[in-house]
Amino acid sequence: MKVNIAACVTEPGSSKRNKTGGWRVFRPVIDNKRCIDCGSCWIFCPDACIIRDENREYKVDLDFCKGCGICANECPSEAIEMVLEEK
Amino acid sequence: MPHRDVMHGSRAVAEAVKLCKVDVVSAYPITPQTHIVEDIAEMVANGELKAEYIMVESEHTAMSACIGASATGARVFTATASQGLALMHEVLWIASGMRLPIVMVNANRAMSAPINIWNDQSDSIAERDSGWIQIYVETNQEALDSVIQAYRIAEHPEVLLPVMVCMDGFVLTHTVEPVEVPDGEQVKRYLPELHLPHVLDPEQPVTMGALGDPGYYMECRKQQELAMENALRVAEQADREFSSIFGRSYGLLEGYNLENAEVVLVTMGSLAGTIKETLDVLDDESVGLLRLRLFRPFPKEEVRRALANAKVVNVIEKDVSIGFGEGALLTELKSVFYNSGMKIIGTVAGLGGRDITMEHINEAVERAKRALRGESVEEVTWAGLKEEAL
Repeated sequence: MKVNIAACVTEPGSSKRNKTGGWRVFRPVIDNKRCIDCGSCWIFCPDACIIRDENREYKVDLDFCKGCGICANECPSEAIEMVLEEK
Repeated sequence: MPHRDVMHGSRAVAEAVKLCKVDVVSAYPITPQTHIVEDIAEMVANGELKAEYIMVESEHTAMSACIGASATGARVFTATASQGLALMHEVLWIASGMRLPIVMVNANRAMSAPINIWNDQSDSIAERDSGWIQIYVETNQEALDSVIQAYRIAEHPEVLLPVMVCMDGFVLTHTVEPVEVPDGEQVKRYLPELHLPHVLDPEQPVTMGALGDPGYYMECRKQQELAMENALRVAEQADREFSSIFGRSYGLLEGYNLENAEVVLVTMGSLAGTIKETLDVLDDESVGLLRLRLFRPFPKEEVRRALANAKVVNVIEKDVSIGFGEGALLTELKSVFYNSGMKIIGTVAGLGGRDITMEHINEAVERAKRALRGESVEEVTWAGLKEEAL
């Protein structure tokens, strides 16, 4: 990808192309069996990385999740575990 | 028609700014400011210059206002000196990183403490790595001409970098010299209208100065470095074309009596005048002068060519890197001539406005000549230092 002069951003939303999930050390793993569908993780995620699908199952957008762990911290039913990223 | 007049260096700069038809001037008017911005304020108030004049509460804000204005595609100007330049430090990097062709005149003045405000070049040398092009001028005429050239260089599509025109405080800014003021038509022919690749425009929104994460930051820096390399060629071109329209040219550097010189003094700024005078009196073809006009980008090849016949160089400069025991120009020249066998020594002079006399210049020549004869000499001396006061 070419960088514009002075990194000028000329189209809206282009930051979506810059995947920032590589910053993550811990990855949230959701146990949908324990999930009570309260939506707290979805509300609190600062990077809008919690996706709720049509079956009300929760997934994580790992392209952008930075592993902050807020979702796991907020989950009232301890359905989210932070797992160390290992190659 | 161009007209000749006698004027302060500050006035000469204001005349250049008027001729370049700048759109926005932002400045902080109090010490260590010079009367450059005072003269411009008068021109704007009189209607001689149709520009927006933004008076601000600090140099940091002056540069910030220039950055905002420049980002909209306006031609902008500001001036400062010493502590004022230091206060701009943080935003200087933003101006250059955002590739905005701002032109600023820095009246070279000493840094406090102790409180001083007289001339030396420590202020702009300390901003060496901020990504600004730096031009050091010798005369008031060159100050005026360099401001006009500065816009031409800064706004070139292959450059787009801010330019700092550095002129010695008091020695030039407050000294009256005869100056030829070009006419508007000449400047109009020389300076094309400004077109930036991206501008702030509500009709076509863009984001400027956004995050550059570790994945792309280095590429932005390398782009700046490449633009600086382009600036060497563009500055040379701009000077040549300046000569064809205005009849004056300066080059990236100036040699004086260099042809047969084995001993060469190297300096920047108005001190070159004193050195030329001294060399004229000395009347010795083995001693010459190299005045570096463009300090950033550094014209390495041109300097190597100009000093091809020199055996000993003595760099006389008005700055010192405290803790390294020498000035920046000496360090850089040694780097340019690394492994070449050239003997390079230095003289720290004129700090805080200390007069640099012909005697000091003669001492510098003598020391270089002793080195040429193979005698061991001090690598760096401080001209006119009062040893008894230490």
